[in-house]
Amino acid sequence: MVLVSLCLVGLAAYIRQLYYGLGVTAMRDYVSWGIYISNFVFFVAISLVGSLITAVLRLTDVHWSTPLTRIAEIIAVSAITFAALIIIVDMGRPERFYHLFMYGRLQSPITWDVIVISTYFVISLLLLYLPLLPDISILLQHQEQYPKWMVKLYKGMGSFWKNAPAQFAIMNRSVGILSVAIIPVAFSIHTVTSWLFATTYRPGWDSTNFGAYFISGAFLVGAGSVLVAMYIFRTHYKLEKYITESHFDKMGKIVVLLALLYLYFNINEFLVPAFKMKKSEEEHLTGLFAGEFAPIFWFAIFTSMFIPIFILLFKRGRRPFPAFIAGILVVIGSWFKRYLIVTPTLLHPFMPMHDVPANYRVYFPSWEEWAIAIGSLAAALLVITFFARLFPIIPIHETIEESETTSHASL
Amino acid sequence: MSDNQTRRDFLLTGLAIAGTGAACTSKKNIFEETAEAGVKPSGKKVKLLSVDGNIVEVDEAFLKPIPEMPPIPNSEERIGIAGRKFVMVIDLSRCKSLKKCQMACNYAHQLHPGISFLKVYPMQESEHTAPYWQPTNCMHCDEPPCVKVCPVDATFKRQDGIVLIDSDRCVGCRFCMAACPYSSRIFNWEEPGISAATAALPYSCEKSVPQKKGTVGKCDFCPDRARENKLPHCAEACPNGVFFFGDMNEDTVTNGAETFRFSELIRDKSGYRLMEDLGTKPSVYYLPPVNRNFPYIPEADSVHTS
Repeated sequence: MVLVSLCLVGLAAYIRQLYYGLGVTAMRDYVSWGIYISNFVFFVAISLVGSLITAVLRLTDVHWSTPLTRIAEIIAVSAITFAALIIIVDMGRPERFYHLFMYGRLQSPITWDVIVISTYFVISLLLLYLPLLPDISILLQHQEQYPKWMVKLYKGMGSFWKNAPAQFAIMNRSVGILSVAIIPVAFSIHTVTSWLFATTYRPGWDSTNFGAYFISGAFLVGAGSVLVAMYIFRTHYKLEKYITESHFDKMGKIVVLLALLYLYFNINEFLVPAFKMKKSEEEHLTGLFAGEFAPIFWFAIFTSMFIPIFILLFKRGRRPFPAFIAGILVVIGSWFKRYLIVTPTLLHPFMPMHDVPANYRVYFPSWEEWAIAIGSLAAALLVITFFARLFPIIPIHETIEESETTSHASL
Repeated sequence: MSDNQTRRDFLLTGLAIAGTGAACTSKKNIFEETAEAGVKPSGKKVKLLSVDGNIVEVDEAFLKPIPEMPPIPNSEERIGIAGRKFVMVIDLSRCKSLKKCQMACNYAHQLHPGISFLKVYPMQESEHTAPYWQPTNCMHCDEPPCVKVCPVDATFKRQDGIVLIDSDRCVGCRFCMAACPYSSRIFNWEEPGISAATAALPYSCEKSVPQKKGTVGKCDFCPDRARENKLPHCAEACPNGVFFFGDMNEDTVTNGAETFRFSELIRDKSGYRLMEDLGTKPSVYYLPPVNRNFPYIPEADSVHTS
């Protein structure tokens, strides 16, 4: 209910924006990208987790993560959908969206982003859908429990699935191919997103470190969000048998590893230019370290890296509840990190800020921007919640298969 | 055009080219209709100066006001004026931040109040260097970072060196604004606040009128005026002759009162371009603020903006 009302407020704010133009936001000529773009980067980042849990862990023959694949994949699909939508929200002329296809220039990094994000969306959707098929047939065996429209939905989606060995063979093969295919695409979506910034000359963006910095941050926030989702689904749906303490323990270790990796790229990103303190970088960096953005900067560094590392390094910290808290910290810290990637740079242009109205020199998002940004986050959560209501959030078939093979192995 | 033509010839042929250029765009010659049947000679002759400098006598009855030049189609606006390579030289030693340039530009392009294509920056490189005023418009780079990133070809580079914006094409993603290191692009965050009559005009890339909500705008080097053989609005409005505009192929720049060989001016006064290290190759050159006509008065700016 809370999520629905947040979405509605966001929608109302967007209708206002459509009517009055982007003037309702606090963005102006200097800060021409604001929290919409921060939110876009955040969504793209979080969606990378689908590829991490489903593909990277699958291909490296890690089996404990099987019950988590569907959580990761629905987070990926939902996040990438809203990444695309928030970009349309940010456009001054959303009704001209089709121009991207009619007049698209292949030389523009935005076109690259459109291509890789839509590819990633399709692959993620397939990786969500294919393993769902055997589960749908299990659900259909118990169709008397469900309302009519749900049974209709299940039949529409998967009545062709007969549990035939040939079908399983095709599915396993497809999932295998998709798992390989999604890795370069996943790297592309976030690398290209980083290039939207890194292909410009501005201090704070003009960095060859940006692709790796973005990817490592993306895996971190994605893994953090999986920790959060695991805890919520586990307590809400009483799934203690399937999402065990050992899952939190292992995911916790992964988050520590990713946080350290992200810390490494952060050090590269800030220490090297700070050592040289080129004139153009100086204002930007001092603004982050000790200036107007210092509170957010250090808050983001501590909540997205130091504190979660500290919590999750200890075995007691990797129990479900503390791990959940660490996950929340990672997600919140990462959102503010995305804010810091976009805005401070734009407030430090090469030319002095001059000959403009006073509100051009500062940026604090308007209520419409907050409402739309929060509404989009709420809507993404809503999609995940609806999905969990309709479908088993733990892949039934795969988990059974998994436990069978492991019990065979242990015999 | 050959190199040894005089400056006056340059100006005259410019007009002729502007005329024929415009005439070619319409399907039939706009001047043809004068020779229509049914007009009886009145017997009263008037003397006129023809384009090629001869005095001719024409019967008054055949005189007819020249119809409005037909608008140049978008396809032609995207190509540019053949054989030209426009260039601007801004003499910093003459600027005292009067901002007549800005006012004229804002008025001509009917910009939203508070928005300007042309800004006059108070510059000071470091604590112990001299402050000066720097009028800054679009640099019309030969390697334009904005054009590189545009996803829909809404901003484009023409063969005459000018970078323009097609507001009917622009999707408002603002990537070009992030890419431009000179902060020379503006965005119409709101309705541009222009009269309904202006807003109803078909958009012209060369005039940058009418500005449209949700799209990017910037200095266009006034190619519509170059076609009429006039200087850009800023150059014409400046009482101190700060802005020189001209053609690199002609090697000539003028501020209206004085005309120079572009190469000689740049050589003799050590002209330079902004942020050369970025490799953007601007078409706007600056002459350093030495032997100034006016002292630098920091308050000059606030007086004129209020």
